[in-house]
Amino acid sequence: MSTGSIDRRGALKLALSAATGAVAMPFVSRTGLAAEPIKLGSLLDGSGALGLEGKRMIETTEYAVDLLNKAGGLLGRPIQLIAYDTQSSMQLYTQYAQQLALKDKVDVIQGGITSASREAIRPIFGRSRTLYFYNTQYEGGVCDRNVFCTGSTPAQTVNHIVDYALKNWGKKAYVIAADYNYGHITASWMTKFMKDGGGSVLGTDFFPLDVTNFSSAISRIQQAQPDLVLSALVGANHSGFYRQWDAAGMKSKIPVGSSVFGLGDELTTMDPSTTNGIVTCYGWYNNLDTPATKAFVSGMQAKFGAGVTDLSELDTATYDGIMLWAEAVKKAGSIERDKVIAALEGGLSIESPTGKVTMDGATHHTIRNTYLAEPENRTWKILATFPDSFPADTGGACDLLKNPRTNKQFTPDLKG
Amino acid sequence: MNPALPARRASALGFAATLAIGLAILFGAPHVLDTFGLVQCTGFAALAMFGLSQGFVWGFAGVMSFGQAAFLGLGGYAYAVAVINMGDSSIPVLLSILVPMAFAGLLGYFMFYGRISDAYIGVITLTVSVILFQLVNATSGSQYRIGAAELGGFNGIPAIPALNAPFHPDEPLDIDGIWYAAMGALILVYGILRAVLAARLGRVIVAIRENEIRAQLIGYDPRLYKLIAFMLAAGVAGLAGCLYANWGGFISPTVFALPMSAQVIIYVLVGGLGTLVGPMLGAVLIQALIIAAGSQTVVDSNLGLGLVLVGFVLLVPQGLLPVARSAALRLVARVRTPRPGKAADTFATERAR
Amino acid sequence: MDLAGLLAFNVLTGIATLILITLGLGVIYGMMRIINLAHGEFMMLGAYTAVMASGAGVNIWIAMLVLPPLVVGLIGLILERTVIRFLYGRMMDTMLATWGISLGLIGLITTLYGNVVRGVSTPVGSFDIGRYGASLYSLVILATALSALAALFLLLRFTKFGLILRATMQNPRMAAALGVQPSRIYMATFALGAALAGLAGGVLAPISGVSPAMGAAYIARAFITVLGGGPAIITGTGLASTLFGAINELVSFKTTPVIGDVALLTAAILLIRVLPQGITGRYLRRSL
Repeated sequence: MSTGSIDRRGALKLALSAATGAVAMPFVSRTGLAAEPIKLGSLLDGSGALGLEGKRMIETTEYAVDLLNKAGGLLGRPIQLIAYDTQSSMQLYTQYAQQLALKDKVDVIQGGITSASREAIRPIFGRSRTLYFYNTQYEGGVCDRNVFCTGSTPAQTVNHIVDYALKNWGKKAYVIAADYNYGHITASWMTKFMKDGGGSVLGTDFFPLDVTNFSSAISRIQQAQPDLVLSALVGANHSGFYRQWDAAGMKSKIPVGSSVFGLGDELTTMDPSTTNGIVTCYGWYNNLDTPATKAFVSGMQAKFGAGVTDLSELDTATYDGIMLWAEAVKKAGSIERDKVIAALEGGLSIESPTGKVTMDGATHHTIRNTYLAEPENRTWKILATFPDSFPADTGGACDLLKNPRTNKQFTPDLKG
Repeated sequence: MNPALPARRASALGFAATLAIGLAILFGAPHVLDTFGLVQCTGFAALAMFGLSQGFVWGFAGVMSFGQAAFLGLGGYAYAVAVINMGDSSIPVLLSILVPMAFAGLLGYFMFYGRISDAYIGVITLTVSVILFQLVNATSGSQYRIGAAELGGFNGIPAIPALNAPFHPDEPLDIDGIWYAAMGALILVYGILRAVLAARLGRVIVAIRENEIRAQLIGYDPRLYKLIAFMLAAGVAGLAGCLYANWGGFISPTVFALPMSAQVIIYVLVGGLGTLVGPMLGAVLIQALIIAAGSQTVVDSNLGLGLVLVGFVLLVPQGLLPVARSAALRLVARVRTPRPGKAADTFATERAR
Repeated sequence: MDLAGLLAFNVLTGIATLILITLGLGVIYGMMRIINLAHGEFMMLGAYTAVMASGAGVNIWIAMLVLPPLVVGLIGLILERTVIRFLYGRMMDTMLATWGISLGLIGLITTLYGNVVRGVSTPVGSFDIGRYGASLYSLVILATALSALAALFLLLRFTKFGLILRATMQNPRMAAALGVQPSRIYMATFALGAALAGLAGGVLAPISGVSPAMGAAYIARAFITVLGGGPAIITGTGLASTLFGAINELVSFKTTPVIGDVALLTAAILLIRVLPQGITGRYLRRSL
């Protein structure tokens, strides 16, 4: 009867089997034939003032998820990366955070670059109970059960810069910083460490993130006549300061230490005369002589091209954040938030490009190696190594094992 | 019989239709949309109200205020600071309307009584918005606080307490509740503005826009009426700011910045200058476009927006609504009469520019 | 004493920078009464030209002083022919169209070169004012600003082209009756204004971060300075830049750059309130 087209009996058969299939489908996938992916959300700035730092972090996120999926995923399920480019816009951070939490319903979120963006999205993920990893080096002090921070903090880095400065350059510092919470709190730490070491701070100037002209700042610094300058300037616009400092002939007169310089592509795009000698301290440098470092760099270059020569601690911390989470999921045997938190708080370590990284259960921060270095002709010259630095910024005030309901950011007390 | 509808009746019909659609959206949305969609639409409602304020002050009062973002921001910040200090959201909502109105009163007095010409008003209001941005952006230090609320500077003010039932601070509104509040406020404001325009005050304002010298010779003081219109629009923008702050529970100085002022002007241009509904539609359309543009990587969002703007200015300078409306009118006229007659311009009260 | 010298030097540099930023906008607004909101982006294009050219090996001075005006002047010409030309007399529409152009240019550059901040190093070193170090480059900025001002003055005052330009500005119909094509004059004027903006961007590239959105930092102050200056292009721009530039630098030094910016903008607004036509609307009316 059929001449190639569907007749009524055929249509009914088709409809019936389709309906049965539709009803049976959930059962089929529940037996694991099509594994439902684990969703990893990412919120990073691929463009704008923070695009300088964000670009590589985004690539590292893809790289790490790729590695995990190649090794078979987690708990037999693939990992699906849902990433949004927040374009250095706070409005987009809040918007996409809500989207990741309410619409995409991700199982974990890795992201945020500026401390301002972190503080804007932290409450959103707290409300939706989405586990949040913040992987950027920052001013320290966040104490929130839902948040784990893998970036280095002032107690692991800035104190070493200040020690070096006091020993080699002098006792009088001038502090310049970006005008938002990171800049203010880091400037407080710099002041505290200077005073603790017997030095003093002659003045502190703050600059909004879009300031590009530092001529008046350079004049003010010269007028104060410090022995050294400590910089917590952030982002692409502030990088102009270092060029203008060099152009005014100040490089040979007053040395500079910075808690942010070099995390982007400064060494490749700026002249050596501008970059040489600016002392920094981070959890990783891309020319450390270890097999893990070399493997990470070559792995990234294999995936994204030989032009990837400007990796920094921001990227390895991003890697650490994703790997620590993966480790915890494996240990807990589940992606349920409370179980993963318990696994992380139980003391977890991974082997990272920077060496061994351990999650401290009480503070939700990492115990890691840090290194002091300065640029020399477009590469980093390592000056000192500090193994297993402890994130002491909360001074013991943050103990999430004892007080899991704490939810604030501790800041340094300068009156002590 | 004259195929053209009497102006008044058409206007009233249009108002009724808009109201009906608005109420339908108000009550229908929570049943049709999921949580995320509802949150998105709350944001649309806030920006639509912002568009209304710009459409009113520019399209009807003829005041080229290019810094309405200043009032949006003042309203949002006023609400945030007040609600953090007071705990109950009822007074802060009022403040979000009154603080921008007061500021507009001062600025308007400065501008209109100084007889500053149209184009200059645009640049001055734009500059004032930029000044506010610079000032608020620089308040990151913890010493910048009003009562218990830290201004936060670049970081903005996070975790702003949401609206609660009037004078019951223990009953914060949930997502549905905030939607009803936002959309309801939008419909209310639209109704109020319509009423103002139909009343004598509105007619004088429009007359001044049409021909300031003639209005002055008849006996109306254009400076006063422009000031009133300016303040009214500022109040609407301030309320929009309050809703905007509730949308994300967050506000930051970017609300004062240049792109925000640019966006609202684009809303009005695309929707139709000289109408009230146009800017609201323009707001939703452009905002949806921005979100869609941001989620894709083919065309840069600025490039796309720029092309849209230039395209509109060159090809559809009156905006979508008037074009759609005149197209609809032509259709109606063609249906009603056998011969293809020229559809008369019946909306004398709402003539574009 | 050294400090006073340094401060004076900074003030002069600030004034010169403001003159450079404002001149192109002043030409377009003064001549054609067009509010060109893409002015900041013309500067950005000039800066990118300088950075890309010097990155490709072109001599830094040519990359900064010669190429940007040519390239951006050409772009301005194209934009005038394709968009602006249709909108003469419609001030609101030109404002909006140039706003759209500004967004489009930002998007285009972002697409082509990515949203990263580039830079080029200053080609000259530093010198000392007493015991303070100052950048020799500020002298370059000073020289460029003064030369541009002088060149424009010479063009308008002593050349036939300048005469035609001024005539068209005063009375386009009469100029047309005398055989001049106003549309061509407008085209040339817009290109000239764009070229000046490009020059400003090229010269400022070494001291500011070059990114697609860098123009936004300049547009507000450029506008308010043009309006404060009034209808006379050269004297108006010069006087207004001197006043506002000095206020900006002095307040910046005393407090912060942000307060300095706010002071500039506020002073400009107050000036417009007192002199609604700008400085040269009341004084020196007949000047160029």
